[in-house]
Amino acid sequence: MRMLKQFIRKIREINQRYAKPKIEMSKGVSFSLAVLRVYLFVLVLLMIYKFITVL
Amino acid sequence: MDFFSILYYRFKKVWKSIRLYLVIAGPGLVVMIADNDAGGITTYAATGAKYGYHLIWFLLLLIPVAYYVQEMTVRLGAVTKRGHAEAIFESFGAFWGWFSLIDLMFVDWLTLVTEFVGMTAALSIFGVPAWLTVILVVLLMSMIVLNGRYWTWEKIALGFCLLNLIYIPAAFMVNPSISSILGQGLIPNLPGGFNNELFFLLMANIGTTIAPWMLFFQQSSVVDKGLQEKDIKMGKLDTFIGSIITVAVAIFIVIVTGTLLNGAPIDDAATAARMLMKTNHYIGALMAIGLFDAGLLGAICISLASSWAFGEIFGWAHSLNTKVKEAPWFYISFFITLATAGVVPLIPGAPLVLITLFVQVVAVTLLPAALVFLILLLNDKKTMGEYANTPLQNIVSTLIVVMIIILSTLYGISALFPNLFK
Repeated sequence: MRMLKQFIRKIREINQRYAKPKIEMSKGVSFSLAVLRVYLFVLVLLMIYKFITVL
Repeated sequence: MDFFSILYYRFKKVWKSIRLYLVIAGPGLVVMIADNDAGGITTYAATGAKYGYHLIWFLLLLIPVAYYVQEMTVRLGAVTKRGHAEAIFESFGAFWGWFSLIDLMFVDWLTLVTEFVGMTAALSIFGVPAWLTVILVVLLMSMIVLNGRYWTWEKIALGFCLLNLIYIPAAFMVNPSISSILGQGLIPNLPGGFNNELFFLLMANIGTTIAPWMLFFQQSSVVDKGLQEKDIKMGKLDTFIGSIITVAVAIFIVIVTGTLLNGAPIDDAATAARMLMKTNHYIGALMAIGLFDAGLLGAICISLASSWAFGEIFGWAHSLNTKVKEAPWFYISFFITLATAGVVPLIPGAPLVLITLFVQVVAVTLLPAALVFLILLLNDKKTMGEYANTPLQNIVSTLIVVMIIILSTLYGISALFPNLFK
């Protein structure tokens, strides 16, 4: 239990440490990240579809 | 200065460069040769068996592809002194950081399982039971890593890299027709026209050339070795030589199977080794030894890639230069990843084919993200300074990355929906 609490505290600490992206959010960077999000979203949907149809 | 003085001066200069290269060489060679892992050997063996020498030209095209992607990790590691996982967390925030780290953990573990499958299959040819192979590999790898020095680890890894060249004498032993290799292999052609089977094999060859773990491994390795900005030139040379060797080994495997097993159905490299043994015992044995070595080399690098990444993010000591007492979590995570992956091939009825397919699919979720992050990081002039991508480097690397993303995505989707492209 103590280890789990320590682990959760560590995750929170990491989240706080990296809360703000340091890279300059230019239009190019924002566009690339947006495209990446859409790409991954579609890919996850495909995987879920496959998982459901296999079941 | 007379002629001999000039000659002596030039020799000294060249010798100094060679010595400097030998000091810096390692991360590029190891990552590139480890790229020919158990899965890679299977892909090349299948390529040769199916299409003979006809796709050698395509493999040659993979030299610049591998080099341009991996050399970016050398610059990034040497300038920022951070591994790829840490660089993603810091530059893009916790969301993309966790996504990359968790995805990397899954891909690495699944790939590690396939390495163990390859190693156990290879040694089973010599009558070694799977459980013994797993125990021996885990013990051997733990001993290599636990020596407490990056330098020693790297030299041992380079020794295994040398063993990966075993396919070169094997290719000479099959007495291939040089004129056929040059005539069929070096002129770009698509044997039998462009069809689904050829497309799948081309995608598999690209997929095995650039894997997500390679980006994370080489950058962390550059950092752990302590390469500085002044070492970037030699680090790039190291990567370039590595990319030539990895493709050369692939071509020699294609020559072996293309000569002796042309037209035979090859599902995995162990099957190829067994079939080769019927034709020529020694060549079959070399193929099996090479497969074991490839799996071992892949396992050494992949398990470290994960442990380095976790260490970077969780703030654990994470260097091969540290003892177990100084970096317990680094070594524990290494051992757990290794041991749990090693157990899977021993489970009766374990879904190994499903795992192999799943590796391809999960890798497709991580590879594009890691590559996009890589290019964005290399364009961050504030951090990279004079080592940021030039416009020409951006054009070349972006073209390569877009091509890899498209092909690896199609590869992943074809693994999910095998009938889609038929």
